[in-house]
Amino acid sequence: MKLKLKVWRQKSANDKGYFEEHMVTANEHMSFLEMIDVLNEELISQKKDPVAFEHDCREGICGTCNMVINGRPHGPSKGTTVCQLHMRVFNDGDTIVIEPWRAKSFPIIKDLVVDRSAFDRIIQAGGYISVNTGQAPDGNAIPIEQAVAADAFDSAACIGCGACVAACPNASAMLFTSAKVNHLNSLPQGKTEATIRVQKMVAQMDLEGFGNCSNTGACEVECPKEISIANIAAMNRDYFSSMVGSEESV
Amino acid sequence: MKWITKLFTSSIGKKLVMSLTGIFLILFLIVHLVGNLQLLSNDGGESFNIYAKFMTSNPLIKTVSYGLYLFIVLHTIQGIVLLLQNRSAKKSRYAVKTNQNASWASRNMGPLGIIIFVFIVIHMVQFWFKMKTGALDMVEYAGQDAVNDLYTPVYEAFKNIYFVIFYVVSMLVIAFHLNHGFQSAFQSLGLNHKKYTPFIKSLGKIYSILVPLGFAIIPVWFYFFK
Ligand code: HEM
Ligand code: SF4
Ligand code: FES
Repeated sequence: MKLKLKVWRQKSANDKGYFEEHMVTANEHMSFLEMIDVLNEELISQKKDPVAFEHDCREGICGTCNMVINGRPHGPSKGTTVCQLHMRVFNDGDTIVIEPWRAKSFPIIKDLVVDRSAFDRIIQAGGYISVNTGQAPDGNAIPIEQAVAADAFDSAACIGCGACVAACPNASAMLFTSAKVNHLNSLPQGKTEATIRVQKMVAQMDLEGFGNCSNTGACEVECPKEISIANIAAMNRDYFSSMVGSEESV
Repeated sequence: MKWITKLFTSSIGKKLVMSLTGIFLILFLIVHLVGNLQLLSNDGGESFNIYAKFMTSNPLIKTVSYGLYLFIVLHTIQGIVLLLQNRSAKKSRYAVKTNQNASWASRNMGPLGIIIFVFIVIHMVQFWFKMKTGALDMVEYAGQDAVNDLYTPVYEAFKNIYFVIFYVVSMLVIAFHLNHGFQSAFQSLGLNHKKYTPFIKSLGKIYSILVPLGFAIIPVWFYFFK
């Protein structure tokens, strides 16, 4: 299949950036990243600068392969990352526009690569439990109800890719932050620090300059792990009860 | 008391203000509509004028109405703050726009709200201000003290086609604002539950159609049938 790509090129954070057009021949069994590999090999053989993009696991678990494809973070398929996106969803002769995540708090490093360390700082603020590591504990030592474990697992599925921020017209990080807060706050191991955790993580999220949530729901539509905005409501509840009912404060 | 400032300046706290003031405005609109519907009765404005008198003289309702003015101002200022912050957080837009992932209304709450605010200001100057400053003629009905004749300026305004169009379009804007806003207010409060969220969403859709429609029918009815 022959495709026309319009790829965002930008040398550095302060560079202005522009779209560059390329023709690529791919086949429908390739993943989207393999298609870009083909483009880059060609560019390298022509002694041109290859398109910078992030990738690591190529199986939908590391959350690095981030790009907006024809206006949709992670492309048109539901519940998949770019590395899991097959070329067969496109047609021969299609034009594909590829852009980086756009958000003030995710500055562009180069081409399609953005700096998501704001997410790391939100995790550092409270996305952990304070226990001494040692031998692996017995998995069933703390009884957890099946439904609670399942909900916590759904939240924990977040891979920190940032598609929620990319999709949000306000560049809000509420879906990511709420998934992380809920994952820990709903489990016994995380309950000890639950009240202070939500305050710390929300404070850091605000500090990073992400937008406010308007409940548009665009995040949950584009999230490759289909994290629900019910997480956001749950975080709001935790936040209110922590601010009003707890003496702890950040 | 530092926690209060911290709560209301946080992103979630700002939405708490939007949500609570928004829900108050939603409740107020029902009361307002019930009053306005009296304009449709064929008594030359008697029941409407008496109702208007009651609304502006009952001490309890007067107190609530000061709260209402405050909430409108709060909702508007906070709405504009959110609009500006959210625009700057996005910084640049995508070359390819998609509207597949969120409703148009949800993406345009700020601009829709600003139009509503303009409507409210014009509306207040035209009717409320006249009522408050005693610029209206007085009328007497059997067994009553004289009351302000608010019906006549309303009648005149609703006979002006441009005003009728402006009014109907404003109601359409409110319909869109609430089509997203109604359920959004509950989500902001943290009220999202498999059991009752579908009900809130349906109720919101019904409200956002029926209430603005109820308001919009009145000027149209006046223009064509009174
Ligand atoms: C009849 C009058 C109005 C009613 C009933 C109303 C109701 C609501 C409701 C229920 C919400 C949802 C709150 C939430 O998501 O938590 C909302 C949001 C909003 N309103 Fe209004 N509103 C009115 C007038 C206005 C005005 C005059 C403005 C002026 C700017 C405005 C601006 C906004 C904005 C920007 C939001 C979205 C906030 C966000 O999610 O980021 N509204 N409104
Ligand atoms: S919530 Fe979804 S879209 Fe957001 S970072 Fe996590 S996995 Fe990515
Ligand atoms: S490369 Fe790891 S999720 Fe796509």
